[in-house]
Amino acid sequence: MTAHEPNLAARSNEPIISYRYDEHDRAFVRARVAEFREQVRRRLEGALTEDEFRPLRLMNGLYLQLHAYMLRVAIPYGGLTAKQMRRLAEIADRFDKGYGHFTTRQNLQYNWPKLEDVPDILEALAEVEMHAIQTSGNCIRNVTSDQFAGVAVDEIEDPRPTAEFLRQWSSLHPEFSFLPRKFKIAVTGAREDRAAISFHDIGLRIVEDANGARGYEVHVGGGLGRTPMVGKVVRDFVARADLLAYLEAILRVYNRFGRRDNKFKARIKILVHEIGVDEMKRLVEEEFAAIDRGPFAFDADEFARIAAFFAPPPYETLPGRSEALEAKKRENRDFAVFVSTNVAPHKASGYAIVTVSLKPIGGIPGDASSAQMRLLADVSERFGFGELRVTHTQNIVLPHVKQDDLFALWRELSAADLATSNAGLITDIICCPGLDYCALATARSIPVAQAISRRFQDPERQRLIGELGVKISGCINACGHHHIGAIGILGLEKKGQESYQITLGGDPTFSASIGELLGPGVTAQEVPGVIENLIEFYLSQRREGERFIDLWRRLGHARFKEAWRREGEDGVDI
Amino acid sequence: MALISNGAFVEDGWRRLSDEEDLPKGGKCIVPQARLAEALKVLPSGARLGVRVENTADPAGLVPHFARLELISIAFPAFSDGRGFSLGRLLRRAGFTGELRASGRLIADQILHALRCGFDTIEVSGDIASRQDQAQWTKALSAFGAFYQQGYGGRTHILEQRRKAAR
Amino acid sequence: MAATKHPQILFASMLRGGQTVLLGEAGWVGDPREAVVAHDVEAAAALERRGKEEVARNNVVDVYLADVEIGADGAPAPLHYREKRRLAGPSVRPDLWVRREERLR
Repeated sequence: MTAHEPNLAARSNEPIISYRYDEHDRAFVRARVAEFREQVRRRLEGALTEDEFRPLRLMNGLYLQLHAYMLRVAIPYGGLTAKQMRRLAEIADRFDKGYGHFTTRQNLQYNWPKLEDVPDILEALAEVEMHAIQTSGNCIRNVTSDQFAGVAVDEIEDPRPTAEFLRQWSSLHPEFSFLPRKFKIAVTGAREDRAAISFHDIGLRIVEDANGARGYEVHVGGGLGRTPMVGKVVRDFVARADLLAYLEAILRVYNRFGRRDNKFKARIKILVHEIGVDEMKRLVEEEFAAIDRGPFAFDADEFARIAAFFAPPPYETLPGRSEALEAKKRENRDFAVFVSTNVAPHKASGYAIVTVSLKPIGGIPGDASSAQMRLLADVSERFGFGELRVTHTQNIVLPHVKQDDLFALWRELSAADLATSNAGLITDIICCPGLDYCALATARSIPVAQAISRRFQDPERQRLIGELGVKISGCINACGHHHIGAIGILGLEKKGQESYQITLGGDPTFSASIGELLGPGVTAQEVPGVIENLIEFYLSQRREGERFIDLWRRLGHARFKEAWRREGEDGVDI
Repeated sequence: MALISNGAFVEDGWRRLSDEEDLPKGGKCIVPQARLAEALKVLPSGARLGVRVENTADPAGLVPHFARLELISIAFPAFSDGRGFSLGRLLRRAGFTGELRASGRLIADQILHALRCGFDTIEVSGDIASRQDQAQWTKALSAFGAFYQQGYGGRTHILEQRRKAAR
Repeated sequence: MAATKHPQILFASMLRGGQTVLLGEAGWVGDPREAVVAHDVEAAAALERRGKEEVARNNVVDVYLADVEIGADGAPAPLHYREKRRLAGPSVRPDLWVRREERLR
C-alpha cells in the first residue's frame, strides 16, 4: 500500500455501476484528512483540550472505548467496490487486529486503532474514495439505504442517487454541524422498506405524484434509543427539486429548537413529541417558504450526473430459470437450503441477489476477518461486477450473481465460513458490540447472541421457525435495534449483575412497531431457555404462513407472557 | 476577549457595554439586547451602535433596527452549541449587512462554519486565545477550498466548479 | 484519616494508544498488581490529583477511581463488572488480549 496508488478503478474491465469521485470529491476528502492530522497534532501538543478535541474526533468517527479507540468508517448507503473491501482488509491487518465489525448503519468499525495512526488510516481510505466523515458526532450521519437497491424486484426507483446526493449535501455542512444531537437519514425506493425509514430522524420514501413526477414522502422523528418512536409523515410529497431546501428547513428548525439541556431528550423525535406533529409541520413549512430556492436551481443536473453512475451493469441476456442451478440443487441438499434461505429474486432475468451471512453459528455477529473480506472482494469480482453491499442487519450482499454461478459462489463462501444458511432466520441475530467493547454498554450482548445461535443452530428447525428478527442491544442506546426486533433483548445492570429484558413485537418495516417489554430481566444463562419457551409457544399456536410477528399481533402480550412464565426444562420457574 | 478577523488577531474597535454602565453618547459600543430599546432612544441616530444577543434571539426582534445597527454579536456559550450559526444565517437572510460577530467559546476549527454562515469576526475568551494561537486560526481558514452546500458564502461551491468544468 | 468504603485504584486511557491503564508508583501500568491502592480518602484524593496532572500533560484521558477488593494474591480486583472487563479485554476474543505487561506499548 503506497501513497501513490492510482485512484481509478483497479481493473479496466469493471464497469462503473456506483458513484465515483471526481477531482472535487477527492480534494475534499484529502483536505479533511489533512485537517484531522492537524487536529491530532494540536491535541497531542495540548492546544486542544480533550473536551474540545472530542467532538472533532467524533466528527471523524473516532471513539474512545473500553480497551482502545474505535474508528467507524463510512460506507455510504452500504455500497462497496471490491477494491474498497480489499483496502478495508489491508487496514485491518496493518493498523488493527485483522478484523472489522459491520454495523447496523451499514458502516464498518475497527476496534483497535491508535490515535496517532488514524490520520494514516484516513489517508489509506481516501485513496480508495472512502472516509470516516461524520460517522459520529452531533451532525448528519451516514445516509443509509436499501441493501437491494438497484436490483430488487419491488423497486420503484433506486434510492442510491438520492442517498449520494444527500451524502454530499450533508458533508461538512456549515450550519448543521453542531446540532443538539446526532441526525440520521434513511432512504427507501421500494414497496418493502428494507432501510427502516420509520426509525430515523428523517426517513424518505420515493413516491410518484399524480402526474408521475418523482418525489419524496417525508417522515420525521423516528428513532430508537431510550425513547423509541415511529416517525411521523410531515409531507406526503416533496418534489425532487425541493428536497434540499425542505431538508434544510427541517434541520434549521431542529438546530434552533431542539433541546440542548438534556442529552437524552435532544433528538428531533423529542421535539416532535413535545410540540406535536402539526406544530412541527407548521414550523417546517414556514421555514421552507422563506428559503431562497435560487441556489438550488442546478440541483436537477447534479442529481442526473450522480444518477448516471448507478446505471445497471451489463447483464447478460439469460433465461429466467437456470437449469444448471436446478440440477445442483437436486444434487446437493446443503446448497439447496442455502438457495432457499439466502438467495432473493433479482430484477434481471437469470440473476439473483445473494445475502452472505456474517452470523456463523456461535460466531460474533457482523465481524469479518481480513481474509474473509479479501475473499468477498474476490468473489464479488468473479461473480458480480466487483460490487458488494453492507446491510443494516450486519450482513453482506452480492447483488449481481448469475443463477448459473450460485453453486460455484456457494462453494467459495463455504470454504471461508461465509455460507451460513440463516438470512432472516432466528440465528441471523443483530447484535451491538456491547460491554465486550463499548464504553457506553451496561451489559455484554455478544455472548447472549452466541448462546441463542448455538441453541437454535439446527438448520431444519430454523427454517421451520421461519422469519424471525432477534436483535440485541447491550445498553439503552439501542445500537442493536432491539426495539424493532420481533424478539428484542436489552442488556442492563441489575444489582451489580448483567440482566436482560426481553421485548416482543418490534417491526422495522412499513408496518412499523416498537417491541413491548415482556417482564423483568433475566440472567444471560436464562435467555436461551426463555427464547425456547417463546418459540415453542409460537410453533404450537401459529396458523399456516403466520410469522412470529404475526402471531404476536394476533394473540397479544398476555398470552406470550404466560408462555414466558412457563417452567423451563430444568424446573426453574422463570 | 480576543478578536479574530480573517484568521488574525486584531484590535477591537468596539466597546462591550455591561448591563450597568451608562450609555456613552458617542456610541461605538455593543449593548446587551435588553438595553437596545434604551440605546435607540437615547443615542443620536448617527451613533455607531452594536447589540449582543443570545443565540436563542428571535430575528424578528432585530430586523426593524437593522438600519441603526452596525454590528450584531451572537453569543456562542459552548462550541458544541450551533444555534448561533442558524441565527447568523437568518439575520443575513433578513437583510443585515453590518458586522456579524460570533462571540464566546468557538475554536479555530469552526472558523469556516462561521464564515460560511455569514459571520465577519469571531471573539473568543482569553483562555481559548491563549491555547489557540493565530497560526491555528489562519491555518484553519485555509483547510478547505470548496464545499458542497449551495447558498452559503465564504468558499467556492463544488457544484459551481463542476458546472464550469462541464462547459 | 477517613477510610474509603472500599480500596480504590485509578483508571485511565492512554491518549495516544487508547489502552486502559492504572496509576502505579512511578507512572501508568497495565498490570493491576503494580497499581497504587488507596485505602483512605486522602490517598484516593492524591491518586486523583496525580491523574489530573497527567491529563493536563496530555498523557491520558478519562481518569477515575474504581472500587476494588484485594484478592488472595494481593492484587486489586475491581468490584464492578465493567472495570473487570476493562482489565480482562473482550470476553469473546480471549485470543486478542495482550499480556498485561505488553499493554503499555
